[in-house]
Amino acid sequence: MIKSNRVGMLGASALALSLAAGAAMAGPQDNSLNIAWEREVPNISMFHNTDREGIIIAHHVWDSLIYRDPDTGEFEPLLAESWDLVDDVTIDVVIREGVLFHNGDPMTVEDVAFTFNYVANPESDMLSQQTVNWVDRAEIIDDRTVRIIAKEPTPLALLYMAGDIGIYPKDYYTEVGADGMGRAPVGTGPFKVTEVIPGTRIVFERFDDYYEGSPKGMPSIERIVQRTIPELNTQVVELASGRLDWMWRLPADQVDRLGAMPTIDVVNASTMRIGYLQFDAMGKSGDNPFTDRLVRQAVNHAIDRQSIVDNLVRGDSVVIHAACHPAQFGCIDDVTEYEYDPERARELLAEAGYPDGFETRFYGYRERPYAEAMIGYLNEVGITTDLRWGQYAATRDAIRGGDVPLAFMTWGSNSVPDIDNATPVFFGGLSDDLAMDEEVIAWLEAGGSTLDPDVRLENYTKALQKIADEAYWVPLFTYNTNYAMSSQLNWDPHPDEIPRFWLASWD
Amino acid sequence: MLVYTAKRLVLALLVAFTISVLSFSLLFLAGDPAAAIAGETATDQEIERIRTMFGFDRPIWLQYLEWVSRAIQGDFGRSYYFGMPVTELILSRIPVTLTLAGSAMAFALVVGIPMGVIAALYPNSIIDRIALTIAVCGQALPSFWFALMLIVLFGFMIPILPPSGSDSWQHFILPTIVLGYYATPSLMRLTRTGMLEVLSADYIRTARAKGLFPRTVLFKHALRNAVIPVVSVAAVEFGFMLGGSIVIETVFALHGTGYLAWESIRRADFPTVQALILVFSLFYVVLTFVSDLLNAWLDPRIRVA
Repeated sequence: MIKSNRVGMLGASALALSLAAGAAMAGPQDNSLNIAWEREVPNISMFHNTDREGIIIAHHVWDSLIYRDPDTGEFEPLLAESWDLVDDVTIDVVIREGVLFHNGDPMTVEDVAFTFNYVANPESDMLSQQTVNWVDRAEIIDDRTVRIIAKEPTPLALLYMAGDIGIYPKDYYTEVGADGMGRAPVGTGPFKVTEVIPGTRIVFERFDDYYEGSPKGMPSIERIVQRTIPELNTQVVELASGRLDWMWRLPADQVDRLGAMPTIDVVNASTMRIGYLQFDAMGKSGDNPFTDRLVRQAVNHAIDRQSIVDNLVRGDSVVIHAACHPAQFGCIDDVTEYEYDPERARELLAEAGYPDGFETRFYGYRERPYAEAMIGYLNEVGITTDLRWGQYAATRDAIRGGDVPLAFMTWGSNSVPDIDNATPVFFGGLSDDLAMDEEVIAWLEAGGSTLDPDVRLENYTKALQKIADEAYWVPLFTYNTNYAMSSQLNWDPHPDEIPRFWLASWD
Repeated sequence: MLVYTAKRLVLALLVAFTISVLSFSLLFLAGDPAAAIAGETATDQEIERIRTMFGFDRPIWLQYLEWVSRAIQGDFGRSYYFGMPVTELILSRIPVTLTLAGSAMAFALVVGIPMGVIAALYPNSIIDRIALTIAVCGQALPSFWFALMLIVLFGFMIPILPPSGSDSWQHFILPTIVLGYYATPSLMRLTRTGMLEVLSADYIRTARAKGLFPRTVLFKHALRNAVIPVVSVAAVEFGFMLGGSIVIETVFALHGTGYLAWESIRRADFPTVQALILVFSLFYVVLTFVSDLLNAWLDPRIRVA
């Protein structure tokens, strides 16, 4: 009925349109969802790739002990029934009863302890251990309780347990290894993987034995077919012709065109990524103008960030003033703000001894149009640039190697909604720190080594305020991304850029 | 003939070896594989851990020697990203590429040769001009643009063909046209030139004078001789198609070796890129070698040169 309605609405004049509309029904008709993304995930086993798409798969296939409600930020029990923070480094977890793996095996404390000990082992073949290396070991207390012991007080332990440690079936994994897990994954999540054709498609089916009472809930969608389509324009055509129901990372210039189609909705959502200009304030690259605070403040005044957001970045993005993402815990906005004021910038430069400006190398790796706009603003106040455009890894190596006086960089914080994954990376005295401010390092250290939220907030506030006063960065703006989907699909994006299809449904 | 064959063979092997050395060193200059595998948020220690895990910390010549000694036995190592043997990975992707290259070649021959013959029969006529225009367009059109136009036309405006994927034979129609069209001009022009030359030859005049059917003269006497150079060019074009379908496979989401090469380069997946470069260059070297021999066999004058 809907179909004939739609065809009637469009005038039924072209066979083409009715065919397109017919194809568009495929999703709601059999309650399946066709999605696409650009890149192929090499091994879809959650510990054996470092791709964002891999995280999406993991959240659907491998449930973790704890669930973090994406809307409220509250922690809820998932595979755990409850947990208890015994002390700063010890968490006792009581596991839920009656949970089955996709292969029919019941989930036990053995599986939980095995998974935690696997990720804690530095010798394991796990690819990235950054969000799990706080785990020291796990011990089985009784047949319902596992004790997880951290190496040191870890404020984000629950967050990492919720996002990055899906429970693996001990027996199955021991038998098939990383390779077998990638070809035929087995988890406890709301979707089980029924087909993997590497690079071509992954088919997920709703897990009918998914446990009652999961905060994720039983999915409405019965089947998800994921296809890898490297060319975005091809994805757009697939979506427009109804063969695809959902895609993401639609370029801003295609939004209006695609959004105008009656069968397609385009949704813009802010992400956890921020852009910033990083100065070599400590002089790692030798003597450079940016070791002078006045010069750094001048650059802060020189760039019209609001205009870049309004004209280039667009969408839900906002200008930021602190060196972190506003949605992160600890990211206060009570810091010095530098308004766009080229006149003031020139005065500051003159005061610093550069009345005629200077020339600097300027590094960057993504969104060149943004960089070019900033170069224009810098030229306005007399700073000329020698642009060095490169790949991400090469640019980061150059920064760490001390070759970079000024760089336009971005940071996605691993989608972690806590400042601990952002500011300390660049101001905590590690290899990406080009300020090496002793005070800031100490405050960030203090904020990251306690579980007390008040103490954390107090220390982060001090650190962020000093970073802004000293103008070690030009914090630029938050990023956003565009999702395009069938207008009959009910699905909402979240700022952590993890689409949750168990929450999706058809009209 | 034997000496000639041996000479060509040594040359072919040298070419393959040079390619592998060059590509190996170029890849290491292009980027740090450990950093690429570790991902955006990796710390220095994380990158170091991966560097040791994969053995990138050893001298480059040692890594190359190891690779070569295993490659000779058909073992190309394991893909860093896919974690599976490269040989298995490539074998799983090759059918798509072979299907695409084979059908594109057939398309190019079926379109190119008749067009060349007709153009030669009516030189400088309107038909000749049209054929030439089609050929020039084929050489001038960027293939990704042409591909996207076909996708929009037949995938959306007149939705009769699937725009992407490799599930059925329909999926191969658009990519075949794009890839095949690219090879059509050279085949067509070569056929045209060859036919023009042959048609004015004395033996054709003789054949016509004997009163043979024009069709017999055209196909049996003229075309057979005219297509000799076409055969060798087609062999080389086929090599290009096997290795050169990277853009086409990417646009149409055909997961063959071309697409695998593109994504492996982006991810600095050295074992896979290495093996693919070798496989592509071997395709090309073998096909050139075969076409050299074919030419020499067809035309004895070449053997002496």
